[in-house]
Amino acid sequence: MSTVTDSKFTGTPRKVTPHITQNEALSFEKSSPGKKAYKLPPLDVPEVDPAALLGEAAREDLGTLPELSEIEIIRHFTRLSTWNYAIDLGMYPLGSCTMKYNPRVNEFVSRIEGIAEAHPYQPESLSQGALQVMETLQNCLIEITGMDAITLQPAAGAHGEFTGMLLIRAWHESKGNARKHVIVPDSAHGTNPATAAVCGYEVINLKSNADGGIDVEALAQLVNEDTAALMLTNPSTIGVFENQVHKIADILHARGALLYMDGANMNALVGKTRPGDFGADVMHLNLHKTFSTPHGGGGPGSGPVACKKILEPFLPTPVVARNAECQLYLEFNRPHSVGRVRMFYGNYGMFVRALAYILANGPDGLRQTTEDAVLNANYLRAKLEDLYDLPYKTPSMHEVVFSDKRQTKNGVKTGDLAKRLIDYGFHPYTTSFPLIVPGALMIEPTESESREELDLFIDTMRQIAREADENPELILNAPHSTRISRLDETTAARKPILRWKSPTAE
Amino acid sequence: MAYPAQYRYTREHEWIQVDGSHGTVGITDYAQESLGDIVFVESPKVGDKLEKGKVFGSVESVKAVSDLYAPVSGTVTAVNEELANTPEKINTDAHAAWILKIELSDPSEADTLLDTAAYEAFVKEETGH
Amino acid sequence: MRYLPKSPADREAMLREIGAASIDDLFAVIPEEFRLTGDLDIPRQMAESEIVDHFKAAAAQNANGYTSFLGAGAYRHYRPVLIDTIVQRGEFLTSYTPYQAEITQGTLQAIFEFQTMICELTGMDIANASMYDGSTGAAEAVMMAIRVTGRDNVLVARSVHPEYREVMHTYAQHQGHDAAEVDYIREGHNAGRIDLAALEAAVTGQTACILIQSPNFFGTVEDVAAIAEIAHKNGALLIVSIAEAVSLGAIRPPVEADIVSLEAQSFGVALSYGGPYCGVLAAKEKYLRQMPGRLVGETKDKHGRRGFVLTLSTREQHIRREKATSNICTNQALVALMATVYMTIYGKQGIREVALQNLAKADYAAKSLSHSGKLLFVNTPRFHEFVLQTDESPAQLNQRLLDQKIIGGLDLQKWYPELGNATLWCATELTTREQIDRAAKVIAAAPALAVG
Repeated sequence: MSTVTDSKFTGTPRKVTPHITQNEALSFEKSSPGKKAYKLPPLDVPEVDPAALLGEAAREDLGTLPELSEIEIIRHFTRLSTWNYAIDLGMYPLGSCTMKYNPRVNEFVSRIEGIAEAHPYQPESLSQGALQVMETLQNCLIEITGMDAITLQPAAGAHGEFTGMLLIRAWHESKGNARKHVIVPDSAHGTNPATAAVCGYEVINLKSNADGGIDVEALAQLVNEDTAALMLTNPSTIGVFENQVHKIADILHARGALLYMDGANMNALVGKTRPGDFGADVMHLNLHKTFSTPHGGGGPGSGPVACKKILEPFLPTPVVARNAECQLYLEFNRPHSVGRVRMFYGNYGMFVRALAYILANGPDGLRQTTEDAVLNANYLRAKLEDLYDLPYKTPSMHEVVFSDKRQTKNGVKTGDLAKRLIDYGFHPYTTSFPLIVPGALMIEPTESESREELDLFIDTMRQIAREADENPELILNAPHSTRISRLDETTAARKPILRWKSPTAE
Repeated sequence: MAYPAQYRYTREHEWIQVDGSHGTVGITDYAQESLGDIVFVESPKVGDKLEKGKVFGSVESVKAVSDLYAPVSGTVTAVNEELANTPEKINTDAHAAWILKIELSDPSEADTLLDTAAYEAFVKEETGH
Repeated sequence: MRYLPKSPADREAMLREIGAASIDDLFAVIPEEFRLTGDLDIPRQMAESEIVDHFKAAAAQNANGYTSFLGAGAYRHYRPVLIDTIVQRGEFLTSYTPYQAEITQGTLQAIFEFQTMICELTGMDIANASMYDGSTGAAEAVMMAIRVTGRDNVLVARSVHPEYREVMHTYAQHQGHDAAEVDYIREGHNAGRIDLAALEAAVTGQTACILIQSPNFFGTVEDVAAIAEIAHKNGALLIVSIAEAVSLGAIRPPVEADIVSLEAQSFGVALSYGGPYCGVLAAKEKYLRQMPGRLVGETKDKHGRRGFVLTLSTREQHIRREKATSNICTNQALVALMATVYMTIYGKQGIREVALQNLAKADYAAKSLSHSGKLLFVNTPRFHEFVLQTDESPAQLNQRLLDQKIIGGLDLQKWYPELGNATLWCATELTTREQIDRAAKVIAAAPALAVG
C-alpha cells in the first residue's frame, strides 16, 4: 500500500491522514463447503420430495455460491465498505447529483413494522396509513412545485422523464396529433434525449447561447406545429436560472407545444420559486436528490412527476383518491391514463423517507436549505474563480461549473484534477459534464457543508492549482493514497470480465 | 502518421482506398488519435447496402462513441473480423486496419471525396493550427 | 434547522466574501413576479420525536398482527438481521454511483459478486448491476430483444404478472411495437401453463420475442425448453421473467432462455408496500452490447492489483444520448446489495433449503385448503403459489378471514374473470402450519350457499 508522504504533495492535506484498510478477497474465494451463516427453523409440515413434485423442473445444484459463516460475512462487507467514500465521511461535490446529508430518522421510520411489512395487495382498509403517507407527500410536492396533480409511480428520475413525456404525448394525441419532435438543449443531461427517443420522438438539438442558456430567438425559429415539447433543465446544468423561462413557455404554448421541466436541480428552487408558476407544464423530481433519500451506491431513486391540470387525466394508474366516506383508495378507473409505468405504486420506501425529510424541515427549513445550497456554491465560486476558468459568468445557483482551460496548458485535465482531490480527502466533482463546457469541473457543494468544510475544499483546490503549475506529474498520476491506483479501463472494455469464475473450473 | 496519397478521405474522418469498383474503408489516424484507446468496432454485415454519407457503424473508446459514415454507396463484401478481438489494431495503424470492403455502386462517387492534401488541410483547420 | 451546519454568523461572513448584501441578491436572477414571498403551505417543521410519532401513527393504520397469504409478485421471506446492519453503513448508504473507482471499490466489488451470483442462479452468462424492478426489467428486456432481432412484434403469455404486462404495453405502445397476448391452458395436462399450440400459431417471422414468467403468475412452472424451441425455430428470443427469486433454489434455471429478467425482492428486501425492489437482467453473452443498465467489470491497476470498474458505459445515455440502449440512469444498487448479502448468507445450501421449505409449506397449504374448494392447475408443477376456486365469492371469503385477522388469497376476478371465484395463495417458509390450519378452518366454515 502506498502511503502519503510529503514528497507526494506540493501542498499539505489538512483533511486526511492515511490509515490501514483490510484486504478482502471475493466471497467466492473465501468460501469452503459446509460453512453456514443461517439456520432455518425445523419444518412443521410434512417434508416433500422435490423430484416428485417438480419432475424435470427440479434443480439439484445451485452452482458457485459462497459458503461462509456469519462473522466472515460481516467482516467481508464491512471491509468492502471501508473502501468507499461517502457523504457521511465528507464533502461529496458531485455536480448534478446533489449529494446532501441523508438523515437517519428517514431510515428509522421507513423500517417501522407496519410500513416495512406492508404488502402492496393488502386490503385498502388495512392500508390507510400507507396511502395517507402517499397523499401527504403528494400534497407537499404539488405545493412545492406549484403544479396541480402528481404521480409517485416512476422509479427514478429518468423513469419520471419517460412518464412525463408519455403524458405530453397522450395530451397531443387527445388533440388528434402526437406531433413529431422534442427540442432538447445541448446542455441537457443525456437522459433527456434518450427519453424523448424512447417515447418515439425525434430529438432536435438546441444550441445554447453565449451565456450557456436557452437561445430564445433560435427556439422561436425551431418551434412549429410538429413540436411536442421542449425539455428544459432549470436551473440549467451549468447551474444558471433561465430567467427567460416564462417567455420560453409562452413561445411553446403559442404553438401548442408544452414545456417539460427536468427537476434534477429543483434543490435550487424549493421555497423560492415554483415551476408551475413560471410556466412548466410537467416536471419530475428526484427524491434522492432534492429530498434526501439515500443514493445507496447508485439507487434506488424515485421520480415523481407533477403536472398541470390539463395532463392529469393521463397520469399512470392507479392514483390515490378519497371516496365519499373520506376513506383513501387506489383509483384504477382512468380511461385516458397512459397506463402503468411500474408495478404496484412506485418506490414506496423512498416516499416515506422524502416525507420525513419535508416534515423535518417545514416551509422555513426548506427555504433555508435552498438558500444555503446557493450560498455555498457562490462562496466556492468567489473563492476559486481567480485560479480556475469560469466559462459562463452568469450568476450561479446551486452549482458552479469551471473548466480546466488554465490547467490543460500543463497537460492536466479535469479528470486528473478530480483524481487529485481524492488524495486530499474529497470526493471529486462531476467531470466532463455538461458537454457545452469542454473540460468541465461541475461542483455542487449542497447545503450540507459547513463553512469549515468548504474552506478545506477551497484550500485544496487552490493547492491543486499550484501543483498543476509546479508539478503536473503529481496530478497526472493521482491518486497516490488509495488502495489501488487508476484502473485499466481500456482492457476492462476490450475484454470484459463481468463475473467471477472458479480458476479450477473447466 | 502520413496520410497515404492513394487514399481518399471524408470530413467525418473515414478513408477509402478505391481500386476500380472495389473499395476498402477505415478510419484515419486523426480519428483514432482523438478517440483514444479503441475498445469496440460495430461493423455492418457482409451484404449490407451502404449509402454515401449515412451511418454504417460506430467506433467506441472507453468514454466516447463515434459514428461511422459511408464514404461511398455500395454493398459490403467483407468485414475485418480481426477487429472484433483486437480493436486496438486501429490505434496501432489506422491506415492498415481496414473495417470493411465495399463494392461501389457508383465508382465516380469516390472523386467527390477529399484527396490527401485537402484532408491534411482539413485536419489542420479542425485542430486549429 | 438541524440538518444545516451553519451559524447565522457564518452566513453573514460568507455573503460578505461573495460581495452580496443579502441572500436575496443570489436569487435576484429569478424574475420578481415568480419569486415566492411567503411560506409554502406544507406542515410546519417537526421535531424528530414528532416525525417518529407521525409515521408510527400511520403504520398503526395498516395491517398489524395479521397472518397473510399474499404473494403475487411481492413475497414475505425472512430477512436476516445482518442485511440491515450492512446496508445501513454510511459508506454504502451515502455513496453514489461508483464513477470514481479508486474510492468506491466496496460498492464495485459487491456489485461484481452480485452479477456473479445472479449468473449462477439464472444459468446465464452475464448479468447487469440491477434494474428498477421486475416489471420495468421485463419491459426493458423486450426492448432489448427488439433491438437484437430488428423485429417489432412481441408475444407475451397471459400467465405473466398482469402488472408486468401493463408496464410492458406502456413501454411498447408509443414505439409502434405490437404486443399480443397468448392464453394459458385451463384444464388437464399442462393446465396453468402457456398454450403451446396457440403460441405456435401466433409466432411469426416478425416475432422479436416471447415473454413468459416462470414460476408464472399462478405459481405454475412453465415448460421453458419447449417454449424456447418454438421461439428459436422462428428466430425469436425467449425472455423468462422470474418474480420469485427464491424459486431458483428448487427449480431448474431457464438456461434455454436468451434473456432472464429477475425480480430479486425475495432475497432480503422488505415488502415496503411495493418498493423499492430490485430488478436485474441476465443474458447470453452474445447480447452483451444490447443490454441496458450498468455493468461492473474486473481489471487491474498499473501495479497489477485487481480492481473493479463500471465498464461498457458507451451503451448508456450519458454518452449515446438519443441512441442509448435505454434511458435508464440509476439502478437499485442498495437493494442489490441487500440481495447480495442475502445470497451470501444463505449461499449454495441455504437458498436451496429455503426453497424446499417454501415448496413443502405451499404443498401443505394447498392440500389443506383444497378441502374447501377446487385447486386449479393441479397436475402441473408449481412452486409456492396456487389458485383456489371456491363457491363463495373472494370478497366474502376474504372478509370472513379478515375478521379472524387473516389476509387471504388475492382475488383474481379483475384479471382472470374466466376463473370465476378464484384466489391466488402463497405460503413461504414464514407461514406456519398453525396459520395454515386456522385459515383452512375459517374457509371450511363457509355459510351454506345456494350453489347453482
